[in-house]
Amino acid sequence: MATPVMDKVEAESAASPYITVTFRVRRFNPEVSAEATWQDFQLEIDPKERVLDGLHKIKWDLDGTLTFRRSCAHGICGSDAMRINGKNRLACKTLIKDINPEKPITVEPIKGLTVLKDLVVDMEPFFQAYRDVMPFLITKDTNEPTRERLQSAEDRERFDDTTKCILCAACTSSCPVFWNDGQYFGPAAIVNAHRFIFDSRDEAGEQRLEILNDKDGVWRCRTTFNCTDACPRGIEVTKAIAEVKRALITRRY
Amino acid sequence: MKIHKYDTVIVGAGGAGMRAAIEATKRSRTAVLTKLYPTRSHTGAAQGGMAAALANVEEDNWEWHTFDTVKGGDYLVDQDAAEILAKEAIDSVLDLEKMGLPFNRTPNGTIDQRRFGGHSRNHGEAPVRRSCYAADRTGHMILQTLYQNCVKEGVEFFNEFYVLDQLITEEDGVKRSAGVVAYELATGEIHVFQAKAVIYASGGCGKFFKVTSNAHTLTGDGQAAVYRRGIPLEDMEFFQFHPTGIWRMGILLTEGARGEGGILRNKDGERFMEKYAPVMKDLASRDVVSRSIYTEIREGRGCGPEGDHVYLDLTHLPPEQLDAKLPDITEFARTYLGIEPYTDPIPIQPTAHYAMGGIPTNVQGEVLADNTTVVPGLYAAGEVACVSVHGANRLGTNSLLDINVFGKRAGIAAADYSQKADYVDLPDNPAEFVVSQIERLRTSTGNERVADLRRELQETMDANVMVFRTEQTIKTAVEKIAELRERYKNVAIQDKGKRFNTDLLEAIELGNLLDLAEVMAVSALARKESRGGHYREDYPNRDDVNFMRHTMAYREVGADGSETVRLDYKPVVQTRYQPMERKY
Repeated sequence: MATPVMDKVEAESAASPYITVTFRVRRFNPEVSAEATWQDFQLEIDPKERVLDGLHKIKWDLDGTLTFRRSCAHGICGSDAMRINGKNRLACKTLIKDINPEKPITVEPIKGLTVLKDLVVDMEPFFQAYRDVMPFLITKDTNEPTRERLQSAEDRERFDDTTKCILCAACTSSCPVFWNDGQYFGPAAIVNAHRFIFDSRDEAGEQRLEILNDKDGVWRCRTTFNCTDACPRGIEVTKAIAEVKRALITRRY
Repeated sequence: MKIHKYDTVIVGAGGAGMRAAIEATKRSRTAVLTKLYPTRSHTGAAQGGMAAALANVEEDNWEWHTFDTVKGGDYLVDQDAAEILAKEAIDSVLDLEKMGLPFNRTPNGTIDQRRFGGHSRNHGEAPVRRSCYAADRTGHMILQTLYQNCVKEGVEFFNEFYVLDQLITEEDGVKRSAGVVAYELATGEIHVFQAKAVIYASGGCGKFFKVTSNAHTLTGDGQAAVYRRGIPLEDMEFFQFHPTGIWRMGILLTEGARGEGGILRNKDGERFMEKYAPVMKDLASRDVVSRSIYTEIREGRGCGPEGDHVYLDLTHLPPEQLDAKLPDITEFARTYLGIEPYTDPIPIQPTAHYAMGGIPTNVQGEVLADNTTVVPGLYAAGEVACVSVHGANRLGTNSLLDINVFGKRAGIAAADYSQKADYVDLPDNPAEFVVSQIERLRTSTGNERVADLRRELQETMDANVMVFRTEQTIKTAVEKIAELRERYKNVAIQDKGKRFNTDLLEAIELGNLLDLAEVMAVSALARKESRGGHYREDYPNRDDVNFMRHTMAYREVGADGSETVRLDYKPVVQTRYQPMERKY
């Protein structure tokens, strides 16, 4: 291979990296006030750092009462979905430099779920919708096979995209239909139904399709693509929903 | 305060906790307490795979896997446990497949397998394809599949319940588990869970390091809770530094990248692992590769202006292969470094990754109060535990295996026990310790801040007890930790509320990290040899005469209330393999 003497990362890191940014954070604590407010914080931050790093700087050095969920900090646990500059993203996967640090960076809780404190929302309705689609492999084997079930690489590929879901709720809470009616299953639940409907080993596709044929099911989708834009895992959510709709019409999957 | 009564309580809902829950729920009334939501657990961050000698793509068998595990652990592994791990690996993988896990497939439709560090054919002849995987998100798929099956089985979860204390009742000199005390994050309410059996599956404690692949929430809560109640901690000096963390950030880049053909290079473009491990090269065990990287850096062959990292080179691999087999880690490089792995090598450095040590258990997952005595009703599995199947250094893909094999075993054993045992009486005023701990932190007017102390702890751990250690560096760490523990008494928090008080939570987590850092440093100071992940520059050789034994660390409280770590030792179980020099 060609030996790079200095790569892009290192060239950038030579100069002093810090810039001043404003974080404009939506605050709400019912123990203190029934009203939500905006609060600004000025931070010195390296633009290659994450929005989550900025929130940590606030919490650790400026205001310990700021409350948000987070865990892995690299986009795999799904704890820190937030509305950042008006778009749903993971705070740990959004770099400051990618969201125009010249202007105040707004950080709000995701929409459509009850806010409990600051950026923390009630996730229970979200997980209930997930549980409602029977998100587990169902087979009708009377005798379990001794070895693994066989599945061709092509059949495995068929539902690969929807296995990436981390249940962060970025998609569901970006959906205008869900904002208006929390009864709608929402994109994430449909993605997780898709993951099983199109798994060649699963034998409960019909049942899952009937669940999604419900008035609060897949037909509520208005194809706005917000969910696809919001997904931090790059899942083609709207396409998956369309495939479920098609399967309902053709009963082929 | 609320009091709950369950047959079995499981603390933690990662891979080990949920695997245990699936078994325990079928057999007993079970509650799972987690300080997160189950799907947020760090099992989901594991990437490369799960080892099992399925022999789907080439000849393999569980005996070779056992040997590799024992050798990988630098012979500190209990060989009876390693044999169980390797034998039961096969059914563990098949169990997961039957639960729905979407493994990558061979052209025949069987589970595909790939190479991983330290896993070899016929006792070290050449690398073998033993790792069963789902792209580079195997841990994610295991966590999702186990959660899906918990939903199916109707497992009862208490989400965002933080376990702060283990209740032990002593009767006739025998310690018995009575239950746990938990803090409900949403409300600040305290809950006592009386249980016949308690299983700890609360994960690791890597957050006492600064550069780490561990989640913010991996703060050793389970280890600290039982240690405070007189249970020893085993082999805490052994911590794994994964060779390929993203430079400065520590985010994990799977060993599967090297399993797929990735190569480590220094600033001269040299494939330096050929010098250190002529047979296994880049796929030598993790401790060996991490030391080799730091040797290159120390000898001036590191990359970048500060020469403080090396490269993981994937540029010779076809983009289709990267897309199919390593989609997540290539995306991490793009997102966090702005690097295109198709064309540019990725700057990496070793990152604190995994605690080999933990709560001592036997192969049924029963916790030990000393070298031999079981604590009735107390179990542990996964990273929180030390069986010991990993010895002084864990092989890649053996942790996803560990959580499945020993999670299942602990779940069955605990539920069987709770079906035949009676409740142990709760101590008088069971929540006393937790109430006073919380009130002290909430009302403290001290002038120390959690973030400052944690930063100083992480810096001293990185500087002094990482890949290379000496008597002097470890002593520096011991002294610094003692200072921080003293200052911790004056720690104050800003959030005085009850609702989602994560300020309070972080203060408690810091206390746990400080306790465990002390145990680690004291254990490391006493081990005057080099073995696996514990490398002493002042004692560079393994010393089987004096140190072929497990460390057992106990908390001692003096008459004046002062706390110290008392060390004892436990023999290693050796069955078929005699210690040999470890070469790769």
